[in-house]
Amino acid sequence: MGKTLAEKILSEKSGSDARAGDIVIAKVDLVFIQDTTGPLTVRLFRSGGFKGLANPLRTVLFIDHAVPSPSLGLSNDHRLLREFAGETGASMSDIGEGVCHQLVGESMARPGDVVVGSDSHTVTAGGLGAFATGMGSSDVAVAMALGKTWFRVPESLKVTATGSFTKGVYAKDFILHLIGLIGADGATYKALEFGGDAVAAMSMSPRLTIANMAIEAGAKVGLFPSDRTTGDYLAAQGRGEDYRPIAPDPDADYEKTIKIDLKLLEPTVSRPHTVDNTALARDLKGTKIQQVFIGTCTNGRLDDLEIAAGILKGKQSNPGTRLIVGPASRQVMLEAMKAGYIQTLVAAGATILPPGCGPCLGLHQGILGDGEACLSTSNRNFQGRMGNPDAFVYLGSPATAAATALSGEITDPREVMPG
Amino acid sequence: MKGKAFKFGDSISTDHIIPGRFAHLRSNLPELAKHVLEDADPTFVTRVKAGDFIVAGNNFGLGSSREHAPLVIKMAGVSAILAKSVARIFFRNAINLGLPVLIFDTDGIGDGDELEIDLGAGTIKDLTSGRQFTSGRIPEVMLRILDEGGLIPYIQKYGDFKL
Repeated sequence: MGKTLAEKILSEKSGSDARAGDIVIAKVDLVFIQDTTGPLTVRLFRSGGFKGLANPLRTVLFIDHAVPSPSLGLSNDHRLLREFAGETGASMSDIGEGVCHQLVGESMARPGDVVVGSDSHTVTAGGLGAFATGMGSSDVAVAMALGKTWFRVPESLKVTATGSFTKGVYAKDFILHLIGLIGADGATYKALEFGGDAVAAMSMSPRLTIANMAIEAGAKVGLFPSDRTTGDYLAAQGRGEDYRPIAPDPDADYEKTIKIDLKLLEPTVSRPHTVDNTALARDLKGTKIQQVFIGTCTNGRLDDLEIAAGILKGKQSNPGTRLIVGPASRQVMLEAMKAGYIQTLVAAGATILPPGCGPCLGLHQGILGDGEACLSTSNRNFQGRMGNPDAFVYLGSPATAAATALSGEITDPREVMPG
Repeated sequence: MKGKAFKFGDSISTDHIIPGRFAHLRSNLPELAKHVLEDADPTFVTRVKAGDFIVAGNNFGLGSSREHAPLVIKMAGVSAILAKSVARIFFRNAINLGLPVLIFDTDGIGDGDELEIDLGAGTIKDLTSGRQFTSGRIPEVMLRILDEGGLIPYIQKYGDFKL
């Protein structure tokens, strides 16, 4: 019997014949923490009495969730991470560089790597064919010290995508549709493995968007094969040598196969307060939105800003709707400036944030008022997520977000996109 | 272990347990713990006593990897989490902090019921209703981590993972 992507990578990294259900100890190739979970990780690391990092060059401390720091408590947390980097030789990614998952994709994760981060959206690097998963501070502290961790090898659900997106429909709509279909616990403890003609034709940014949200179905990883697209992406990022092809075996064993025809999808939105509470954007017309946020590790890349700028060019966002845009990284921001997207968005009424997580997790930079609603391109809409338990978060694509910013209510982007 | 059941519904997320708006308190754990589950039940933190249990529905702890979520639950005095199902990262985090998680159909337990739990046997006795429940098995490696009081003490003892 052949192997799934998860079984292949964990076999290699554990030096065993890893099969779904096995418990293995796997080498960790890249480990990282960020500023909201990192301080606890550092404290646990210290309390464990560990002598040092197993691999300082592949241990990264990101300051991205609260940038620049909005409060004294967080400023001291940032200080702790910088001190720890100085003590241990870990790499530091400080304010303005961008969201950890975007930077891991741009310049760190390699196909076939095991990546462990103290953030649930670590799954994003599955877009590059890395077995990347989020863990808590204890697990990550131990992975930093020992350079390994234990896994239960997950069963895999195969998601086969065929056809191509129609106008106004994107990877975000695909993943929201999938989560609506299988539920927020539809892949708990399992791997989601993406394949099919449509995946082979998909560029890296949409792959990262889809892998990013695997956790919203409960999955341990969201894995894409490493193929020519992966190689081209890595080469464009100046690290072509990191490429190697990885594909599942044709006779691999999947718990279930889910087939999705992209041409049947329509702009999709998750309604409050769970990601699996999906509806078509057109059926939510009339829902007033006070804030639109375009950004994050899910949809803050260059193509996302390009789509939004395309819809907003020469127009003005609705006076009743605040439009906030946060590029996912410094590279994205620079490229978006060069391409004129930032200028277009600012002219349309957008407030631009520094690269980082922005208002996604309710820390700062766009906390909602009582009863207010936000249409966000981020990945989570739990009650209280954007800083106020009495507010409402809807999730959609950058196109849906831009169309909504224009009208002030949830809008199917096909209504405003040129033929 | 003996204590009272505090019932919660399905899909209690890490944002319910300890939302991002309190991130500035994450290095001040006693203050952070005052807000545990505030958005799901604002009276919980004032009513819960040492030894009590959280009894939840499906997918408890979904969302973030923040280990602060099981940490503040533990700090509030909760001695075990009982649920129909638990999200993956939360499950591992709870065990890594030495906080037991028992998985079974919790519908039969009422809010406020007195429970008696035998962790070794995996049995849950509802002293109020007289009913008894049995929890599903968790992987051996997690049991051993739990036995040592969490992952850091486990690694301190063994120096490595012992499967």
